[in-house]
Amino acid sequence: MIAPSIETSGYACRVADMKKEYVLKSETVRALRGVTFDVPEGDYVAIMGPSGSGKSTLLNMLGCLDQPTSGSLWLGGDDVARMNDDQLADIRSQRIGFVFQAYNLIQQLTVVENIQVPLFYQGRSLTREQKTRSVELAKMVGLGQRLDHRPTQLSGGQQQRVAIARSLVNDPFFILADEPTGNLDSRTTEEILTLFEKLNNEGRTIILVTHEDEVSKRAKRVVRLKDGRLQWDRANSQEVRDAAAKYAIDNMPVEE
Amino acid sequence: MNIWIGTIQLGVKSLWLHPMRSVLTVLGIFIGVASVIWLLAISKGIGDEAQRQIESLGADTIMIRTVKPPSEKMSAQGLTPYGLTRKEFDILVATVPTIRSALPIREMRRQFQFKDRKLDGRLVGCTPEYAEVTRLDLQSGHFITDSENFSGDTHCVIAAKVAERLFPYEDPIGQRIYMPENQGFYLVVGVLKPKGSTAAIGGSMAAQDFSNDVYIPIKTLQQRIGDTVMSFRSGSREGEIIELNQITLRVAEVSDVKRTAELVQDTLSSHDKMEDIAVVVPLELLEQARTTRAMFMLFMGMIAAISLLVGGIGIMNIMLATVTERTREIGIRRALGAKRRDIIRQFLVETSVLSLAGGITGILFGLLCGPAVNGARILANMWFEKQMAELPEVVRTVQPSIVPESIPGAFFISLIVGLVFGIYPATRAAKMNPIEALRHE
Repeated sequence: MIAPSIETSGYACRVADMKKEYVLKSETVRALRGVTFDVPEGDYVAIMGPSGSGKSTLLNMLGCLDQPTSGSLWLGGDDVARMNDDQLADIRSQRIGFVFQAYNLIQQLTVVENIQVPLFYQGRSLTREQKTRSVELAKMVGLGQRLDHRPTQLSGGQQQRVAIARSLVNDPFFILADEPTGNLDSRTTEEILTLFEKLNNEGRTIILVTHEDEVSKRAKRVVRLKDGRLQWDRANSQEVRDAAAKYAIDNMPVEE
Repeated sequence: MNIWIGTIQLGVKSLWLHPMRSVLTVLGIFIGVASVIWLLAISKGIGDEAQRQIESLGADTIMIRTVKPPSEKMSAQGLTPYGLTRKEFDILVATVPTIRSALPIREMRRQFQFKDRKLDGRLVGCTPEYAEVTRLDLQSGHFITDSENFSGDTHCVIAAKVAERLFPYEDPIGQRIYMPENQGFYLVVGVLKPKGSTAAIGGSMAAQDFSNDVYIPIKTLQQRIGDTVMSFRSGSREGEIIELNQITLRVAEVSDVKRTAELVQDTLSSHDKMEDIAVVVPLELLEQARTTRAMFMLFMGMIAAISLLVGGIGIMNIMLATVTERTREIGIRRALGAKRRDIIRQFLVETSVLSLAGGITGILFGLLCGPAVNGARILANMWFEKQMAELPEVVRTVQPSIVPESIPGAFFISLIVGLVFGIYPATRAAKMNPIEALRHE
């Protein structure tokens, strides 16, 4: 543990001058060229940017799946950028809640077991509270009747809700959602976004990576990347957010 | 500890996703383990049988047998005497200090007759020790005694089969057997219990069948029949002049057997030119048989080990396919906090579950070896009676004897096979970059 050189309390994470370079054959690709931004606790940030902007690279850094070439990523009091593979794995299982575009549930496990996977890798026996909590989370996302179902027996929206429940089970610093509505129709997209809003209102920090404007407008704040740099970082006014929500509902296909 | 239980549950669940594939993989190990146990049990059964036969000759004995010399060493006309002599017997008894007892034997083919029942068998002239040395047990009456031998009585002891054939209705004791070739009657004083034949030993000794034997005192044989035996065979007269067919020496201490055998060979060196005797030392044969058995079992074990190896390669093959197929799952697990060693553990547990399932079922099936072989033999006797009768005796009678060490041995080997062949796929899975694994379709 390195003593924090910057103030970390009140922040879900802080990114400081993060750079990432890949060496492909003789060529060096500079995916991130110095990105700095903070995510205060309770924030709801959408990260946008065209392909090649460094969006995915930043996502991998925030998810502690990769290490930056230089710069820092403060998660709580720890600079994750200096950690080794095992330490990163611990951080992922304890401080980060992942939601993926392709849901990424484990096929051979039931709904409840899928929700418990991050706890399993914390290496301790599941406490009774943790078991109750995973069932409650399943109920919270509306799957209380399907605890023993397998992912293949669920629709896409239901699977994504299981994934959201899984991301919450370890009480993470933030939920990191990578195009969470990319595979869903507009009605299910709305369900998921409403769920995110509800979670954010309850105080959850959410970082959402998307390329859809309609989705990014629902967040409190939008960070846009271009060519590995921060292009702009601005808040969405409440009016913009409400209008986007209304637009989504108004344009939803009529149920037949 | 809990993570292990969880991982094992997970492993079973994952394997259950492809039941057919898992069962076939288990089958590979199952066959390997079962064949280790079976092959070792059967080869031990065969080895035990050979050893038992040799042991029945006695580890403390030395046998000197008269053998027919090569024809070029015999004179062309008349009959040449050959083989062991009574004088040599006396010399051996007098000069070799380590001998506990010495037994002269004279054997010949004879016809035995009682009323109108006839039987071709072996007439053995011997001394009272013969019964003990060759482990003959009496059914009734007594074996030849010293006094009978001393006075040259025309008494005889008959083997079980002779009694059965010549005296199906009468009590043989007190009856007289007639031998037409030398026109003599012999009073039956004892009947033996049935006895199995001894081993045929590497050219120097034919298998001995005791079932058609009639035993008389050697002195009686010498006085009444003599050394020269003539017979008619396929129209020509054949004959032999032999004083003794065999001398069986018993040595007081087993540790002296080899030295005594050398001394005996030196004493009888005058026979070297004729090549008309053979010295057989069952102890040496026993040691040879043990070595042969060990070699045989090693060989069988190697064959079984190869089938285990093939089973292991099957595991590795299936696990490599599984790792590729489950790349996405590996990525998900890594993203959700699994360390490399968690992934390694997961796949090693899966291979271990496969190999242990094969190992345990293989052991259970291996334990059925004895009943299964017997059952197969009964069925084969029912359906292929003729072919079975032509098989070598060892095949018809072998009793598999499970080698106790092969059970834990097979268990650990299957476990090790699972781990060894699981390590490569597991490390391959663990080395994957989580980001790329997550992107894998």
